[in-house]
Amino acid sequence: MTIDDTALDLAASVRAGDRSAREILDAHLAAIEAREPEIHAFNLVTSEVARDAADEIDRRVAAGEDPGPLAGVPIALKDNLCTRGVATTCSSKILDGWQPPYDATVVQRLAAAGAIAVGKTNLDEFAMGSSTENSAFGPTRNPHDTSKVPGGSSGGSAASVAAGFAPVSLGSDTGGSIRQPAALCGVVGVKPTYGLVSRYGLIAFASSLDQIGPFARTVADAALVLEVIGGHDPADTTSIPQALPPVREHLDDGVAGLRVGIVSELSGEGIAPDVARRVSEAAEALAAAGAEVGEASVPAAIYGLSAYYLIAPAEASSNLARYDGVRYGLRVDATNTPDMNLRTRTEGFGDEVKRRIMLGTYALSAGYYDAYYGKAQKVRTLIIRDFAAAYEQFDVLLSPTSPTTAFALGDKTADPLTMYLNDVCTIPSNLAGDPAMSVPFGTGDDGLPVGVQVLAPAFGEVDMFRVAAVLEAAAPIGEVAR
Amino acid sequence: MSAPISRDEVAHVANLARLQLTDDELDHFTDQLGAVLEHARDVAALDTSDVPPTAHPYELTNVLRPDEVRPTLDRDEVMAQAPASEDGMFRVPPVLGEAP
Repeated sequence: MTIDDTALDLAASVRAGDRSAREILDAHLAAIEAREPEIHAFNLVTSEVARDAADEIDRRVAAGEDPGPLAGVPIALKDNLCTRGVATTCSSKILDGWQPPYDATVVQRLAAAGAIAVGKTNLDEFAMGSSTENSAFGPTRNPHDTSKVPGGSSGGSAASVAAGFAPVSLGSDTGGSIRQPAALCGVVGVKPTYGLVSRYGLIAFASSLDQIGPFARTVADAALVLEVIGGHDPADTTSIPQALPPVREHLDDGVAGLRVGIVSELSGEGIAPDVARRVSEAAEALAAAGAEVGEASVPAAIYGLSAYYLIAPAEASSNLARYDGVRYGLRVDATNTPDMNLRTRTEGFGDEVKRRIMLGTYALSAGYYDAYYGKAQKVRTLIIRDFAAAYEQFDVLLSPTSPTTAFALGDKTADPLTMYLNDVCTIPSNLAGDPAMSVPFGTGDDGLPVGVQVLAPAFGEVDMFRVAAVLEAAAPIGEVAR
Repeated sequence: MSAPISRDEVAHVANLARLQLTDDELDHFTDQLGAVLEHARDVAALDTSDVPPTAHPYELTNVLRPDEVRPTLDRDEVMAQAPASEDGMFRVPPVLGEAP
């Protein structure tokens, strides 16, 4: 069935003229129509624009042109990626009515490669959260069990791929926001090396940590999308002017001789036994495929959570100062500008965003800067050093992606700190700027998906994907129903 | 140890961040921010005296481009997004004093 096909197969059949982009799109729109009411993966489904784009792809194929490596492939976009003339909300009331005057670089590159954007996916407001419950438009539900969260903050993008609404999607990852929902929804999710994918047009949360990456149902599809969106962009000053790691070329290289370290600090306390068991099985599968598996130590990783929840809010408090009701989005009127700013922000932001803005403002304020923000920046150095030491002994590292499988809606909303603990395994890579990805590897005791995280040093995507491909092939199958 | 953040401090940072909180919100945000800062005390207790801070994963340098005229965002498209505008400018209520 079309909605089970990979992006690679879909693009190949469109380029060969065997299937039309339009029929592929219509099959996915039908899947959306059938299940979207219970999942709520999207803030907006752009059916009309998508149909026009698909028809254009079909015209080009008929004219003998090649529309590109993603010809006719439906893709869902996290709603913090700017799309020209199409509402972009960050799942916040404060961007009410806003239509960006430009496309994000990744959106331009996807269109140039022939992909068809089908809609904007739900997220925790401004990407702040781990369950997609902090959305001003209501939560997204996990397609495997709708009483469970899909993870977050890119919960809509993960759910859309898991539910067959699109074979691939884009998310953003500041502390795990691609990898954790990928794990909870049973799909592949990649956070590339910081600077590998342009952030131009990604609405900023924490600029030194944010990175865009793909979701897919297969490792090869994730690699395909990464190669389309990656690469230097002069519009992003933090984009690195160097060639993309050739991940697709080496996908089938296997892991013989590769040194794989299980991160001991991220594998013991706080990790559910059923999840820990899957990570052990994944390591055994890699050893069976010829990898040298050992135990790695990244001692400072345990301080990552504390450092992150000072650094990310600090950067967010600065980035979100721009929402003042002056130039775009919501304005709540008042008789003077200071009151207008105050009322707009008070009514426009949800509780989690307010919490983080205040936390960041506090961590940066006079008298507390050294004790909190300054200290966290030093811990960031320690984490980078510890990773560097571990990568002297190992080519890639392994850990759980998330400490547990998907939890119930409402379970962790009352206590922010409990929610934050979800990110313990994913945060260290963001602080270091390194790539990491989540690969589905069987299920937990509850029958819900478990994700194994593969971590690599900066620009180590080739080895990371080699490991992911072997894990994908070795993963226990047939247990997770869509 | 004392509470990591007081109710008055929360009120102060809310004001700095241009957020208005009700009395109830002040109470629960004080508790929640306190719990997060309490957790951060493990970091505050670390000896990092010889460790330099990291602000960014990579060494950032200025990125320059040739000083050439290039297309920018369409002005009308940008201004169309403003809550209020006049003559190509963003319109706001009085910055000092009150509207008549």
